[in-house]
Amino acid sequence: MVQYDTHEHDVLVIGAGGAGLRAAIEASAQGAKVGLVCKSLLGKAHTVMAEGGVAAALANVDDRDNWKVHFADTMRGGQYVNNWRMAELHAKEAPDRVRELEAWGAVFDRTKDGRILQRNFGGHRYPRLAHVGDRTGLEMIRTLQDYGIHKGIDVFMEFTIIGLIKDGARVAGAFAYDRERGLFHLFTARAVVIATGGIGRAYKITSNSWEYTGDGQAMAYDAGADLMDMEFVQFHPTGMVWPLSVAGILVTEGVRGEGGILKNKDGHRFMFDDIPENYRQQTADNEEEGWRYCQGDKNARRPPELLTRDHVARCIVREIKEGRGSPHGGVFLDIAWIKKKIPNAEEHIKRKLPSMYHQFLKLADIDITKVPMEVGPTTHYMMGGIRVDGDSQMSTVPGLFAAGESAAGLHGANRLGGNSLSDLLVFGKRAGEYAAKFAKENGPVAVDQRQIEELGRRALAPFEENSGNHESPYQIQKELQTRMQELVGIVRREDEMNQALELIGELKERAKHVRVEGNRMYNAGWHLSIDLHNLLTVSEAITRAALVRKESRGAHFRDDYPNKDNTLGGFNVVLRKSTEGMKVSMEPLREMPAELKQIIEEQQK
Amino acid sequence: MSSTATFKIWRGDANGGEFRDYQARVDEGMVVLDAVHQIQAEQAPDMAVRWNCKAGKCGSCSSEINGMPKLMCMTRLSDLPLDQPVTVEPMHTFPIIKDLVTDVAWNYRAKKMIKPFSPRPPDAPDGTWRVAQADIERIQEFRKCIECFLCQNVCHVLREHHLEDKFIGPRLLTFTAALEMHPVDIEDRLYDLRKLDGIGYCNITKCCTKVCPEEIHITDNAIIPLKERVVDRFFDPVTRLMRAITGDGKK
Ligand SMILES: Cc1cc2nc3c(=O)[nH]c(=O)nc-3n(C[C@H](O)[C@H](O)[C@H](O)COP(=O)(O)OP(=O)(O)OC[C@H]3O[C@@H](n4cnc5c(N)ncnc54)[C@H](O)[C@@H]3O)c2cc1C
Ligand code: SF4
Ligand code: SF4
Ligand code: FES
Repeated sequence: MVQYDTHEHDVLVIGAGGAGLRAAIEASAQGAKVGLVCKSLLGKAHTVMAEGGVAAALANVDDRDNWKVHFADTMRGGQYVNNWRMAELHAKEAPDRVRELEAWGAVFDRTKDGRILQRNFGGHRYPRLAHVGDRTGLEMIRTLQDYGIHKGIDVFMEFTIIGLIKDGARVAGAFAYDRERGLFHLFTARAVVIATGGIGRAYKITSNSWEYTGDGQAMAYDAGADLMDMEFVQFHPTGMVWPLSVAGILVTEGVRGEGGILKNKDGHRFMFDDIPENYRQQTADNEEEGWRYCQGDKNARRPPELLTRDHVARCIVREIKEGRGSPHGGVFLDIAWIKKKIPNAEEHIKRKLPSMYHQFLKLADIDITKVPMEVGPTTHYMMGGIRVDGDSQMSTVPGLFAAGESAAGLHGANRLGGNSLSDLLVFGKRAGEYAAKFAKENGPVAVDQRQIEELGRRALAPFEENSGNHESPYQIQKELQTRMQELVGIVRREDEMNQALELIGELKERAKHVRVEGNRMYNAGWHLSIDLHNLLTVSEAITRAALVRKESRGAHFRDDYPNKDNTLGGFNVVLRKSTEGMKVSMEPLREMPAELKQIIEEQQK
Repeated sequence: MSSTATFKIWRGDANGGEFRDYQARVDEGMVVLDAVHQIQAEQAPDMAVRWNCKAGKCGSCSSEINGMPKLMCMTRLSDLPLDQPVTVEPMHTFPIIKDLVTDVAWNYRAKKMIKPFSPRPPDAPDGTWRVAQADIERIQEFRKCIECFLCQNVCHVLREHHLEDKFIGPRLLTFTAALEMHPVDIEDRLYDLRKLDGIGYCNITKCCTKVCPEEIHITDNAIIPLKERVVDRFFDPVTRLMRAITGDGKK
């Protein structure tokens, strides 16, 4: 018999990043009794790391902006496989959600007339990102945290959910261990919101922390929910490449928004060489125009460094592959050059990009106000995830909701920078609201003891493993990360992905024999051994989805199918658990209403 | 070019523990957290350590390295004398959970006692405020705090005297300063600062400021101005008299 404590709530929120906190605050405001569980301490979730800003068409800096432009930008960035309803709601509601943060104490940078300042970012037509220097995520999570702690939410820090519990078709709660003592806990709830973030730890070079092991996606999948768009993994064009120990750490797009330019080893500004047709009209013709854009000239068009992330990442890969990279296998990102253009450039850079300045000085001995940085692509963001209803954020399992990076839909094939923080707020709120509503409208749940026994047994197995071929969870994680990076990375091919599938199958077998040492108290090796199941599940989902999308679209690039395919562009790839394993299906996009189509057409100009 | 170095890492739990020696490979650019991870993956799989961002942004990896309170992810090995063992131990002020992980829950409980942000009515019909950049710059400094609790760890009022039930410590004084100096906030926390938060216990040693990885001027910019406000309110007879006459109790 597995021993555990029981905690009862109306709504259980898993994850305390921006999405989870916003969901918990909303559910609580609707009168639900809310439990909030997170793997780390409060305020340490990934959201804290976001740098550049939160996208919302406030039109404080450029009054031509409005929700329609934001909607069209998001759809174009996502290559039109987005859930258009989510893109619409997101564009309409983001301004209110950002203003609400200010009412809760957030302190954004200001315009001259005292309103929230907005900056340029890739793929956004107008300056749209509300920000605080380059630490916007910290401001956001701290605001939500400091507001949320006064709202009667039960917070369980350093608790890890290892699986969902179901009552028939419906979700009934979740099973967890606490890190401190390693004891089990049952959380029963009438509705559950998953807000567990991404999957970056399935790759070797990533901007993501240890938390991003795809737990939410995997537990939802195991509970029968659909996953969608898992082939769309965003590789951010600019991660640190040197020193090796910090490879992958993000260099915010804000550097380019402030005028930073990309150059190869010959000092050539290569981004001007390849501008995609559908962005040509919005892109600067020459360097001078690009600079004027960064300076806020409304008649100028954006420099090519601010094209969408998928495109910039591929251009960088091309330069490196063709031998024009920087000494440590990246390219140069130069912000220091702006001293030719403005007085006091050094002070300006330090004020606008303080944490980048600090990060390079401390970790790489590089003063970015004086010399260029070396950068290269890093695994950054999962566009896909749990398939949800656009309005309510409910998954295909009744009572199970998802929001934030763990959910799919808003970003389609490629996310625009800044659209994640706004996603967390808009859909965190919606998920919380609809989860509370669901809890109110549906009766209590019954818990099936067998499911608990099964989860508990699986979690403890690594302590009992004593077969001759046991191994360390660290070894398996390392192999998976290295191979996923090589085989299912930025540039993909059928044969390589088939190899990846084979490897994943093999690692799944080997993962059954991981052994951990020590006891259950705060045991890192044990925690990782439990995460392996999730890492392997999402890796398989990414690979299977990428195999069937035989075209290149957004972040998904196939060497063997380098072009877009209009037929495939009409489908999402959906993954579902079945008795024969992971089932892949292509599901047609829902038809977009005429008004939205018209907006897209108008904005094409 | 790779060499090795010795790391003396504290291993144990609330019942006690000891330093254990580990050898780690050292490559260019490595930080202490990399060495700890390497040791964890290859030699001590059950070792407990907190981290998240590995870029000095989340404040999880606080510890004492060669006796100095630091973030493990921002302490480069090239800045340490590697001919001697590098000691890595948990923060001393907080109760040990295991190895490098301490129980910092008190900080969260104490924060909850501080009166939350409370804005004046919006300035504009759309529910927003007009605030000049110049008026928020000083609180933006405080809001850079990553809650690493290193300042709490070194403050002697907490570290030596353990007055946790009487004194909220430099982090939370900085937090309070950010609220008190917020141009839109109308709450009054001066009474609490004096009576509940124990601002008087701080004797301006500035140890907190020295360790802050965000380089926040905790003592000069946050604590001293708050102390002045408290003094003005409660001890300055002229101000007190004026207030009695004008009825103005706010900042
Ligand atoms: C370096 C960096 C910079 C970025 N900059 C920007 C930017 O400028 N603008 C932008 O819009 N986006 C940015 N992003 C993306 C954005 O920050 C993330 O997508 C977003 O913060 C995700 O938020 P979330 O609420 O979905 O999840 P997170 O903030 O990651 O929170 C996940 C939560 O789930 C918890 N959790 C996970 N698994 C479990 C489990 N099994 N049991 C219990 N709890 C669990 C975690 O502990 C955590 O609390 C950036 C990302 C990175 C990495
Ligand atoms: S200045 Fe005050 S708060 Fe800071 S360490 Fe000294 S006594 Fe503590
Ligand atoms: S004030 Fe500085 S030292 Fe103190 S918790 Fe914040 S960041 Fe850490
Ligand atoms: S890991 Fe985030 S501050 Fe060190």
